[in-house]
Amino acid sequence: MFRRRLMAVLGIVALASVARPAVGQNPLAGDPKAAKAGEYEFRINCALCHGLGAHGGGRGPDLTRAAKKHTHSDADMFQVISNGIPGTAMPANGTNGQGVGMTDEEIWQIITYIRSQEVKGSANLAGNATHGKELFYGDANCAMCHMVEGKGGRFGPDLTGVGGSRTREALVESVRDPSRRLAWGLTEATKEFPQEYETVTAVTAEGKKIVGVALNEDSFTVQIIDQGEHIHLLEKDKLRSFQKSRESAMPKYSTETLSDKELDDILAFLVSVVAK
Amino acid sequence: MKDCRTFHFTDLLRDLCGISSRTLRFTAFLFAAVAATGNSAYAQVTFDRLLNAAKEPQNWMTYSGDYSGKRFSALDQINTANANSLMAKWVYQTAATGKLETTPLVVDGIMYATAQDNRAFALDARTGRPIWMYQRQIPSDIRPCCGRVNRGLAILGDKVFLGTLDAHIIALDTKTGVVVWDTTAADYRTGHSFTVAPLAVKDMVIIGVSGGEYGVRGFIDAYDAATGARRWRFYTVPGPGEPGHETWEGDSWKVGGAPAWNTGTYDPASNQVFWPTGNPSPSNRGEGRAGDNLYSNSLLGLNADTGKLNWYFQFTKHDEHDWDATQVPILIDAGGKHLIAQANRNGFFYVLDRATGKLIASNAYAKQTWSDTKDADGRPIANRNASPTLEGHTVCPGALGATNFMAPTYDPQTGLFYVTARDQCDIFSTAPQPYEAGHAFYGSSYFPSGEAEPYLGFLKAIDPLTGEIKQKFQHASPTWSGVLSTAGGLVFSGDAEGNIIAFDAKTLKPLWHFQMGGAVYAAPMAFAVDGKEYVAIAAGSAVYAFGLP
Repeated sequence: MFRRRLMAVLGIVALASVARPAVGQNPLAGDPKAAKAGEYEFRINCALCHGLGAHGGGRGPDLTRAAKKHTHSDADMFQVISNGIPGTAMPANGTNGQGVGMTDEEIWQIITYIRSQEVKGSANLAGNATHGKELFYGDANCAMCHMVEGKGGRFGPDLTGVGGSRTREALVESVRDPSRRLAWGLTEATKEFPQEYETVTAVTAEGKKIVGVALNEDSFTVQIIDQGEHIHLLEKDKLRSFQKSRESAMPKYSTETLSDKELDDILAFLVSVVAK
Repeated sequence: MKDCRTFHFTDLLRDLCGISSRTLRFTAFLFAAVAATGNSAYAQVTFDRLLNAAKEPQNWMTYSGDYSGKRFSALDQINTANANSLMAKWVYQTAATGKLETTPLVVDGIMYATAQDNRAFALDARTGRPIWMYQRQIPSDIRPCCGRVNRGLAILGDKVFLGTLDAHIIALDTKTGVVVWDTTAADYRTGHSFTVAPLAVKDMVIIGVSGGEYGVRGFIDAYDAATGARRWRFYTVPGPGEPGHETWEGDSWKVGGAPAWNTGTYDPASNQVFWPTGNPSPSNRGEGRAGDNLYSNSLLGLNADTGKLNWYFQFTKHDEHDWDATQVPILIDAGGKHLIAQANRNGFFYVLDRATGKLIASNAYAKQTWSDTKDADGRPIANRNASPTLEGHTVCPGALGATNFMAPTYDPQTGLFYVTARDQCDIFSTAPQPYEAGHAFYGSSYFPSGEAEPYLGFLKAIDPLTGEIKQKFQHASPTWSGVLSTAGGLVFSGDAEGNIIAFDAKTLKPLWHFQMGGAVYAAPMAFAVDGKEYVAIAAGSAVYAFGLP
């Protein structure tokens, strides 16, 4: 029995030592051959969310920006790629259950590639962040549904980190054409796909109509938040009707409602929140 | 001296406790009398018992429940009339993280199953309480693809057989979990591993290698169940001088892939093992391996005694989309014909003559854009523009396939083939990689195409003779669960949201569900102990058993 316990303890120690990455200087820094190999490794391991060319996408940040939220040095980046970022969709190396994990060398190649793609200066600061903040909490009505740093509504996604985790193009698209790609919501530990911000309409047995977005859904239940921020926990077989739509609950902001300049200002505000 | 007062249920425990139960053993295990090993009279799982699995529906003795691969249980105590009263009977927490893909075996009241990271365990199938646990240390430099998963054990005699992530095949004593023999099949450092549930046939254990992501040269092996000595090996990529070698450009055969990572089936009448194979390597780049790339993405008919190839059928020639053909092929006898059917990852449902491997029918059962035409044999052939490009090119199904490792079922009562399917398209983009031993070797990347959102997941009931989809149920999101059918008129499957669902086999209407709290990546099975039927499935990090109140 003692031996078994010892084995268990040793097992934990062994796991801990496996999880701890080797950190230090990038041995491949500035090596163009490593950057080329890294480009292909990037395509295979990272482009799913960060896009071909590391320019980001609707699912992950633009890594060509010199300023990154979670990583400053190459060692930081190695750490993030190895262990992921808790509370985000960024997984630890080799843990997404699909594909092969990267070797240390391959991670350094990817870092070398990312560094080779970086553009100096900040991408999004053309707008006026102060004015953008006024618009966000005022005339543009963003804060009715969205929260930034604890202030605002809860109906839509919290936008506190979005200035760092989404590209400018993705943010513009989500304002101008929000239904084209629905935002991700709750991500469950073992589930392949995160919940999307689908618009749902439920009619209860008593005839009460509930319109909102799905916080989470399975084949038998749905959790809905309505515009009044009431949360409804429903069993589908007790509903009179249940309908989903991929037409986002977020209104389309045309250039007449929100000019390009105003949108730039709001984006500058969102980026400034992350840059702080 | 063990305290045996509480042990009065199974022959295993009688035997452990030294209580004589000769009469019981004799009647219950008549077949066991011919067992050669003779160390113990307890629950010897002989080849005869495996051949006649239909005679003991209370047991589930192979990955798919029987040699035909049907994953059909003849138990009918749980049925359409009472399924809505099903309830959880026990839960066993494995403490493993990641995807739990195991199908448990149950023999005479004992459940044998596996979990990630080289775990195997035996439970009291009535209570879920463990009898033994085994875990093999994993080398620190191992990087197995696609999760550190395992899909289950094989059982023969008084041993269960485990394929490990570091490419060993290990025989464990069914009573104690102690290693009886341990054979190294290949070098894990070059990307070889085992995730498959082996198949016991005659006095051998048959197993196929994983490693299509690393450019291994795939193989299917047979080992002597008593000693662990290798009886035969069939390389799924032919070497120089062998037929099919000419389907590989230059030296590409050496790293040609064609792994064999899902459990095949066996036809005693023709003494053939049918084993499916996976993608050629690199999986998503055809440049450098011009030709059909035999025997990748094929179904092989092998002589069980010698491993010699009787016939092959290649589903996807010169594949560039990682469409492994590793789905369980099911033996179906219908209309006087001896058939073998597979719902393939490439989106087509194939029916072959299992004596000859000749194609009888192929029909799309999920969204596909890669093939608009068929060749003279009726085999779907790839469109010209289906190859990955540097900029990226959208093809359906995506790299994960229209289906994947999730086990299907064939229900002889409805005559329908049930399979978990998904509609998802991917952008395939080339990313040339040199071969380097033990490193990923894909040659391309893929990511879900926004054009095709949302991705849809289904349970589909297919008439194998016509290919017609008779019923379908749409899941909330695509699932990786396999499917079980039972004589109770039920089909069981799980979902990505953590539900196990009992469906009416005729209508695919859900009759019951239970929220297990973790996504399902495994296939359900059924067994009975003490006259009570159970359905078991793995979800999250646990194995669950359900029964009637």
